[in-house]
Amino acid sequence: MAIFKKKTKKPLSEYSTGELILFRFKKNKLAMIGVAMFMFVTIMILIAPLIRPYSMVIKQDIVHRLNPPSKEHIFGTDELGRDLLARILYGGRISLFCSLAIIGIAFVTGAIIGGTAGFFGGKVDTILMRIVDMLMSVPSALLAMAIITALGNGVWKLVLALSIGQIARFARMVRSSVLTLRNREYIEAAKCFGSSSWRIIMKHILPNGIGPIIVSATLTLGAVILSISSMGYLGLGVASPTPEWGTIISENKVNIQYFPYLGVIPGICIMLTVMSVNFIGDGLRDAFDPKSKR
Amino acid sequence: MENEDRSVLEIKDLYVQYNTDDAVVHAVNGLNLTLKEGEKLGLVGETGAGKTTLALSILKLLPDKVGEIHSGSIVYKGEDLVDKPESYMLGLRGHRISMIFQDPMTSLNPTKNVGDQVLEVINLHFPELSSAEKAAKVDEMFRLVGIPASRKGEFPHQFSGGMKQRIVIAMALIAEPELLLADEPTTALDVTIQAQILELMRKLKEEFNSAVVLITHDLGVVAEFCDTVSVIYSGRVVEHGTVEQIFEGEDNHPYTKGLIHCIPSLSDTSKRLQPIPGRMPDPRNLPEGCCFADRCPFCREKCKTSMPEPHEKDGHMILCHLYDPKEDGNA
Repeated sequence: MAIFKKKTKKPLSEYSTGELILFRFKKNKLAMIGVAMFMFVTIMILIAPLIRPYSMVIKQDIVHRLNPPSKEHIFGTDELGRDLLARILYGGRISLFCSLAIIGIAFVTGAIIGGTAGFFGGKVDTILMRIVDMLMSVPSALLAMAIITALGNGVWKLVLALSIGQIARFARMVRSSVLTLRNREYIEAAKCFGSSSWRIIMKHILPNGIGPIIVSATLTLGAVILSISSMGYLGLGVASPTPEWGTIISENKVNIQYFPYLGVIPGICIMLTVMSVNFIGDGLRDAFDPKSKR
Repeated sequence: MENEDRSVLEIKDLYVQYNTDDAVVHAVNGLNLTLKEGEKLGLVGETGAGKTTLALSILKLLPDKVGEIHSGSIVYKGEDLVDKPESYMLGLRGHRISMIFQDPMTSLNPTKNVGDQVLEVINLHFPELSSAEKAAKVDEMFRLVGIPASRKGEFPHQFSGGMKQRIVIAMALIAEPELLLADEPTTALDVTIQAQILELMRKLKEEFNSAVVLITHDLGVVAEFCDTVSVIYSGRVVEHGTVEQIFEGEDNHPYTKGLIHCIPSLSDTSKRLQPIPGRMPDPRNLPEGCCFADRCPFCREKCKTSMPEPHEKDGHMILCHLYDPKEDGNA
């Protein structure tokens, strides 16, 4: 744990691989900015009840409708006079946590499917990849709608539905990266030293192939936040008046022309989140690569 | 075949083939090989002769579904490996039989530090040791291959080629294998480093008394390092003998003669080198008779139609019609 002390005398060469990754990650300024931004957004969302009670999310106040940002309503009010700050704080819970869950589920499942297919090849590969092709041949929005219709409405069903739509791309990506890696000589060498397949996948293929996949996963986050809202717009998953960042934008779109803050503020929230996760992803990619100079 | 009890590896009549979509590639065709404890055997032959295929067959690491051991036996210490399950092989690889690869630049994982990579082999085969014992073993091995243990935490890209090969050798030898397969360990290195690596391998060989199979196409390396030599052509051993018998003996297989003629000599400046004309027969479509017949300066009618029998004299085996005692004087 010497790494947490500021003035450590321990030379770099004595760090374990994990410590080194952490060290390189911490040295990356952009990644640390990303972490700070992400922490800020997460903390604000978590302490939302201290800032605004949940009642303000749904409390309508027609007299004060479409008030621009002021002392009383820091982010202003919407068409129905609801406090935008409260809606964004509570909306973030769904937007942020659901999208992270969706990416997480899709990433893990996709990695398992793609990794197995790529590593073992042959019939396993053919069968798994044809299943993935089936998933890919259906537009992901349509697929999600079909799943929600079958399972019924609900936040967790929405997460499940949207993550299934994302599995295919991760499976494809992981498979192609495993395919390029599995014939490398150090994989062959690992086999010669008696490593089992599972060990080779976990210790040799994963660390070498994970970089670009992490970056792509973080880039997908923005798209996923928006797809949650498009589902909400269609009345599937998160239904009004439950707030959610994408939904806030879509329900205010008529008024955006004259009251731009209604679109700009939730937009900035989405942008900050996506950007922070992206910076973190970039930082992780560099941290996993021992050759990176940063 | 004498000294059955002391042989580490005995390969008999091994046939290995690659089943590709459009043809069957016969990579190893009836190969015989015996390796005694602590023996240093050189496997010589040109590209595509089946040297690496042989090494991979011993470890049973032929490419999945394509490579196939068709028939024959690979007996390691009395156990035939050909029909052993994968779980048995996992315990064998790296522990009893190790392999050193041709290109040290690519045979190390770029994302793990070298200490961890050497440690991994210990973790695989000696999980019962305490972490301190494991670390001590790794440090000891680093000392043996001549790399300061303080560089354990560095990554492969921070080392030079020769240093990387030392690390690969450390990984191969840390479990003290009885058999070491070195697949062209010096080909990717420059000459000064070559000598160092060979010296290191010799030193370590004495330390652990492993038997070594050195696969190479560099006859100079073989003459310097090995006790015995097997010359491989088209997946068969065409000549086998001690280093003296091969390099200084009077009788040689015509192919071995050709190989020796290809070595440039410092004292002999006037002549051009004499390359062996032609190429190896297509392994998808092997000739009926001797495989070397098309390129052989001593080729006769008989060579094209029938396979020669091995002829042995004082442990010096030659597979050629020229040395058939039944034949009348020739060549």
